[in-house]
Amino acid sequence: MNEKHYQCNCSLAGAKKLDEQAVDKILQKHRGKPDALLQVLLEMHSLIDYIPENIVFQIAEGLDIPPADVFGMLTYYPSFKTAPPGKYKISVCLGTNCYLRGSSRILERLCQVLNIEPGDTTPDGKFSLEAVRCLGACALSPVIMINEVVYPQVEPQKIPDILISCEKP
Amino acid sequence: MIKTRQEYTTYQTKLKAELAREKMRVLVCAGTGCVANGSLTVYEAFEQKIKAKGLPVKAQLLEEAGGHEPYAVNISGCHGFCQMGPLVRIEPSGVFYHHVKPGDVDEIIEKHILNNQLVERLLYHHPATGQAVTTQDQIPFYQKQTRVALEHCGRINPDDINDYIAHGGYKAITEILFEKTPEQIIDEVLASGLRGRGGGGFPTGKKWQFARAATSDKKYIICNGDEGDPGAFMDRSVMEGDPHRVLEGMMIAGYAIGADEGYIYVRAEYPLAVKRLKRAVVAAEEMGLLGYNILGTGFSFKINIKEGAGAFVCGEETALIASIEGQRGMPRPRPPFPANKGLWGCPTIINNVETLANLPPIIINGGQWFRGFGTAGSPGTKTFALAGQVAHTGLVEIPMGMSLREMVFEIGGGLRDGKQFKAVQIGGPSGGCLTEAHLDLPLDYEALKQVGAMIGSGGLVVMGQDTCMVEVAKFFMGFVQNESCGKCVPCREGTRRMLELLTKITRGQAGEEDLALLEELALVVQDGSLCGLGKTAPNPVLTTLRYFRHEYEAHVRDKKCPAGVCKALQDYYINQEKCKGCGLCAKVCPAEAIAGAKKEPHAIDTARCLKCGTCIEKCKFNAIYTA
Repeated sequence: MNEKHYQCNCSLAGAKKLDEQAVDKILQKHRGKPDALLQVLLEMHSLIDYIPENIVFQIAEGLDIPPADVFGMLTYYPSFKTAPPGKYKISVCLGTNCYLRGSSRILERLCQVLNIEPGDTTPDGKFSLEAVRCLGACALSPVIMINEVVYPQVEPQKIPDILISCEKP
Repeated sequence: MIKTRQEYTTYQTKLKAELAREKMRVLVCAGTGCVANGSLTVYEAFEQKIKAKGLPVKAQLLEEAGGHEPYAVNISGCHGFCQMGPLVRIEPSGVFYHHVKPGDVDEIIEKHILNNQLVERLLYHHPATGQAVTTQDQIPFYQKQTRVALEHCGRINPDDINDYIAHGGYKAITEILFEKTPEQIIDEVLASGLRGRGGGGFPTGKKWQFARAATSDKKYIICNGDEGDPGAFMDRSVMEGDPHRVLEGMMIAGYAIGADEGYIYVRAEYPLAVKRLKRAVVAAEEMGLLGYNILGTGFSFKINIKEGAGAFVCGEETALIASIEGQRGMPRPRPPFPANKGLWGCPTIINNVETLANLPPIIINGGQWFRGFGTAGSPGTKTFALAGQVAHTGLVEIPMGMSLREMVFEIGGGLRDGKQFKAVQIGGPSGGCLTEAHLDLPLDYEALKQVGAMIGSGGLVVMGQDTCMVEVAKFFMGFVQNESCGKCVPCREGTRRMLELLTKITRGQAGEEDLALLEELALVVQDGSLCGLGKTAPNPVLTTLRYFRHEYEAHVRDKKCPAGVCKALQDYYINQEKCKGCGLCAKVCPAEAIAGAKKEPHAIDTARCLKCGTCIEKCKFNAIYTA
């Protein structure tokens, strides 16, 4: 969906990491199975929510396949991220209904307020922003989802308040 | 653990008695829509406050409440009337309250639950007459609906297998395991005329026949819950609201074709559906209704749940299989069809969630009963996600063959804010846009195909006069372009070129020759693509070109957007009477296109204006407008 590319993320605060041993353990578990690559990626993704570049090469070596295959799978499925997500993952719905009711303006405003592009994470590691196609809450459009919580009928001017409310317990 | 048919029957009788013992049942909708509106706090409030009155309360059917006539407070699946949420239905009377806030709970308990009086302000009021409508079935939105696949959605607790069994659940599979041969099941489904509800409309029974005939030690059933069409959410509602129904449907299909394993492929964007399905599988396994040697019949069935990874094309059969196999989800040529050679090379049947949800009632009531709904060519009911600019948005299930007019104006209550009807987009990115002239068209597979649209998975988006059809076509083209897997060149490159052309048109940079090119490209993409995504991708463009050509022409000839949507085709002006001359707009204008003396009305130099819209946003007096 969105084009993915690697950039240096080492400075991002709070990014989770997988150590070499953990990677090896996951590789060992799936090695030799026909769906090893996808399973390895899914498992690692479920642990740290993104796949760092150095791990791509480790996976390639461990499964004895070219790194290009790993990159291919990684960039094919939109759910896989190449950058660590923020503490609060914001998904803006750009499905038909939300779009017709102005969700692109919400996305614009979020980009402005957070000063990032869709697909990126704020430098403090707090918020990441993503455009998605239809969250299935069409009757409440336009909606955004933050960490599995759906916010109905969002208006651009309410965005700063919503972001503040995230941080309250 | 239920081990025999006798045990099942006894257990069901016990549950039914338990159900009959309930004095009242409060159902709080916990579908995605209502949860977003805060229904879970309403649910908790009901539970705590009724308990605080010293009354016996239970959240699960078999929970010991300590009273003779307990009050059940349950979450339920989606009622469909999502915009009115949080919704509360009270059984046995069927009284329906909407927009219920935690603060309203006391009043409902005090009046309705304890004293049998209605809380009138929370009832639905007829928009025309202003009269209060007491029960759910009398609300115009529900009156014209017939619920088969959604029968239990909003009526039972999706997290309680006992509630499902008490409402007749797992009866169909129990019956057929003891009384019917797989061939008889296939015949029954053939007789019902059920057609695939995922969009293709292929007769389900026929598909099964192919898989039944294929010889193999291993066969699979896949439930396609990869509902990717933007604007469609019926599969989500079924999976969330009645997960056991999906499991039972899969078991029936498995028994019919001779499969002992199934996969449910669910979109990762539906976390609630995944959670409820997983719970349902565990509960059914613990109950002995799923797994090895079910009810001692020798029939075994295992269900795995696979989460998708966000690729729209994985809704296509062969791409979905590739994705489960751990490959990139790309379609492959057919034949061989999955019914002969599917998952891991074994015969595989892929049925849509709604198709599977229709199976248990077909088995219980018979194929002829199902034919009693709908038309001769398209029997049964179909769920639609009604959305867009209609007054009542939500999930509806209607007998096939109902006219679009009834759907939009009677169930949907017409357009909101007094807008004029302009078009209805049906079938998502593969479907088409229809006009007022099509309003009397029956909603069935054939009629829609004839006018270039399709039922698709059932998304129905109503658009009012202020929608630009070129912009809508561009939106869908942007979607399919993004989701094209890249295997077929005409789809990969063609959709990109088409998107560029549409962008050019909306910016007023296109000429008449571009319309011809757009049309030609559309046909090439249709012809030269392997799978349904590419073959149907040009439909929105082709139908809008066919029915709204004048709008395209206005964009290319007069460089005007009749609906006033396309930013680049509008000029910005300042209303001289409203402008107070504060100068804020001139300050923020990046092109320095606004000028004027202090405290005097300003003016925009349209030649220099970039049409960025910053001035409109900043103006405190609403003095800036576009035309």
